Amino acid sequence: MSNKEEPRIGVYVCHCGVNIAGVVDVKEVAEYAKKLKNVVLAKDYKYMCSEPGQNLIKEDIKEHNLNRIVVAACSPRMHEPTFRAAAEEAGLNPFLVEMANIREHDSWVHMSDPKAATEKAKELVRMTVARARLLEPQEKPKVKVKKSALVVGGGVAGIQAALDLADMGFKVYLVEKEPTIGGVMARLDKTFPTMDCAACILTPKMVDVARHKNIELITYAEVKEVDGYIGNFRVKIEKKPRYVREDKCTGCGLCSEACPIEVPNEFDLGLGVRKAIYVPFPQAVPLVYTIDRDHCVGCGMCAAVCGPEAIDYDQEPEIIEIEVGTIIVATGFKIFDARKVEEYGYGRHANVINALEFERLINASGPTGGKLLRPSDGREPKRIAFIQCVGSRDEKFNKYCSRVCCMYAIKNARLYKEKHPEAEVYIFYMDIRAFGKGYEEFYKRAQDEYGIKFIRGKPAEIKEDPETKNLIVRVENTFLGKTIELEFDLVVLSVGLEPSEDSDKIAKLFKLSRSADGFFLEAHPKLKPVDTHTEGVFLAGCCQGPKDIPDSVAQGSAAAARAAIPMSKGEVEVEPIVAYVNEELCIGCRLCERTCDFGAVTIENRKAKVNPALCKGCGACAGACPTGAMQVRHFKDEQIFAMIEALFNEKKELKEEYVKAEEKR
Amino acid sequence: MAFEPKIVAFLCNWCSYAGADLAGVSRIQYPPNIRPIRIMCTGRMDPVYILKAFAEGADGVLVAGCHPGDCHYVTGNYKAERRVKVMMEILEDLGIERERLMLRWISASEGERFAQTVKEFVERIKKLGPNPLKIKKNE
Ligand SMILES: Cc1cc2nc3c(=O)[nH]c(=O)nc-3n(C[C@H](O)[C@H](O)[C@H](O)COP(=O)(O)OP(=O)(O)OC[C@H]3O[C@@H](n4cnc5c(N)ncnc54)[C@H](O)[C@@H]3O)c2cc1C
Ligand code: FES
Repeated sequence: MSNKEEPRIGVYVCHCGVNIAGVVDVKEVAEYAKKLKNVVLAKDYKYMCSEPGQNLIKEDIKEHNLNRIVVAACSPRMHEPTFRAAAEEAGLNPFLVEMANIREHDSWVHMSDPKAATEKAKELVRMTVARARLLEPQEKPKVKVKKSALVVGGGVAGIQAALDLADMGFKVYLVEKEPTIGGVMARLDKTFPTMDCAACILTPKMVDVARHKNIELITYAEVKEVDGYIGNFRVKIEKKPRYVREDKCTGCGLCSEACPIEVPNEFDLGLGVRKAIYVPFPQAVPLVYTIDRDHCVGCGMCAAVCGPEAIDYDQEPEIIEIEVGTIIVATGFKIFDARKVEEYGYGRHANVINALEFERLINASGPTGGKLLRPSDGREPKRIAFIQCVGSRDEKFNKYCSRVCCMYAIKNARLYKEKHPEAEVYIFYMDIRAFGKGYEEFYKRAQDEYGIKFIRGKPAEIKEDPETKNLIVRVENTFLGKTIELEFDLVVLSVGLEPSEDSDKIAKLFKLSRSADGFFLEAHPKLKPVDTHTEGVFLAGCCQGPKDIPDSVAQGSAAAARAAIPMSKGEVEVEPIVAYVNEELCIGCRLCERTCDFGAVTIENRKAKVNPALCKGCGACAGACPTGAMQVRHFKDEQIFAMIEALFNEKKELKEEYVKAEEKR
Repeated sequence: MAFEPKIVAFLCNWCSYAGADLAGVSRIQYPPNIRPIRIMCTGRMDPVYILKAFAEGADGVLVAGCHPGDCHYVTGNYKAERRVKVMMEILEDLGIERERLMLRWISASEGERFAQTVKEFVERIKKLGPNPLKIKKNE
């Protein structure tokens, strides 16, 4: 279609059930639209996005020869792709469709003022019609998609995503910042609700990752730079020196035995010790030792015993550059720092520990060989209290529910009771949230069969007996309405889940948005739960929000499936929204060149030139151009001016016959 | 009739337009005086857009984009900030109070902040009264 053709516009006003029609008078809006210049027809319909709604548009395009479509409905961020696709099916270029947002920006925010909301809807439609007249068809360029993916973070979510993609035949680079993959799950003892041992179900998967011919595992490494776009991301990864050659180390462990230096092991949250040359835990993948140079004294004992001569004190950081078609971010979470809740004395009272420390202490492969011993005196506790919602559902810290703490506390209470039926175990809670499959049953059994005592109330304070180091928990039992004090040998704080330390960095690198709670924001909470607003970048696991292992694994697989779509197609269409120059107006002032952050604008023969492959379409150059020579497709100055003019000059927008009618009134 | 200001809002696609969407999804109510225009990034905003809006009769112009450091295109919001500052001076020269132009950083998760911004800005413009250019034109 040539753009000189007279615009023939169809306007469609959606009721969205009662979401719009309950506030905005949709019939009045449609009637009004008919009065606007170039509007051939205007209709209202219950659900424009439904199949009959879309068919309505398609049939009208053909029957009435429409060449512009305006849909007044929800946000374009919701359904623009839907209506563009419908138009395309009817043979109309998808960029000739425009939406007026009369739901999110109107009916939902002016619910008590239907009159004003209807007026606003009419004006938004008028503005949109004015813009629609000036729209131009665009061709979406196709780009090839590399059949390789980057997965960032080797927790259970990232592992699942990497394995699925690799099994589909794609090349996968799995980047993990720690010396081993496994994430938090590798530290857990048993897992609710089935009580499988975490290691038994996780370590085989970790080994699969190491062995898979399509996976290149890059551990002890971080992504430093990301460039490019869907199909062709260029990624720079920095691998920290281990001072042990990965290609030579056999993981025999002789070096560690020989090493004279002992330091607290981070993997055990400092509860156990490791050597200065170490693996975080025996099942680490890759099973390659690392020298911690902050503590290494350079005595050379490790090098002396290393048969394959893997020790290399001179190793330097290594930069690895890769090209991938898609990216999955699975960087997980960190636990809430319980020191912030001063009343509970974590960090001051020896026998107040957090839940992850508890997991390490009851873990057979943990620092105590699975014996839970009180930090203060190494005695086995007889009375244990678990305190829920530490840092979660709390106005002072995080408002959200961390989703796993109820269940892991019940799990750990049951585990302790199994080994010590005589022990008294209490759980202090606000509500028990046992929402998953088999979770409620798991909770019931804890009450009925294990005799775990559930007390509803959030403790106000934990005091320490200076002599016994026992703890006195003061709490208002909200069922009885009275304050009680109870004494325990050990208190375990059910700390919540928070965005990982690296969230800021990762958000900037991959251009991710974050939701109010700080976790990465998905493209749509229901319909695109693992997509992001950056095309070709997907999310999996707790980096998107707190969740348990089943959900993390499900998201890992989901993200892999989503990432596989463009890679198996082999090509994608990219947005044609890029800058271009009207050479007649260009005076060669170079402002655009200086403004562009992406090096997409150059000056040749005193005229600006845009490289569309580098241009991201932000329009900063056009915003800076003093003559209007620089424009952005689909966001041209005239298209934006038209909206402003239409807003303030109703008369100019109305068809002749209605202007007269208006004047008479 | 009480003065109901008409305000043009230039919202960047990635943060503030999404923030406005979230205000809607969360059903946070705010006055019906703004007319949003979506641009990909506040960096796209040509200062002329602001002039054009006031010349046509806008009582206020709101420019909203991603927080510093969060712009989808790295630094578009800093460019917008510089341009808005310059425009405030120019508006004063034209007899338009600088307070009629507002720049705010509103992220995709700040529906509440979007609604609050609109409320605050509408209050402000109501106190200032109609766009002085418009009054002149009508005289
Ligand atoms: C005390 C406790 C007990 C729990 N018990 C259970 C249970 O019994 N059952 C259950 O279903 N769930 C349980 N959970 C929840 C479970 O731990 C999570 O669901 C799971 O670990 C989430 O996996 P993930 O891969 O998303 O994140 P993580 O396990 O956090 O893994 C993220 C990985 O990404 C890496 N990473 C982070 N930043 C970067 C970066 N910048 N570059 C490269 N790599 C990076 C990390 O090092 C880590 O390896 C428990 C949680 C806690 C805290
Ligand atoms: S994209 Fe929001 S200000 Fe640049």
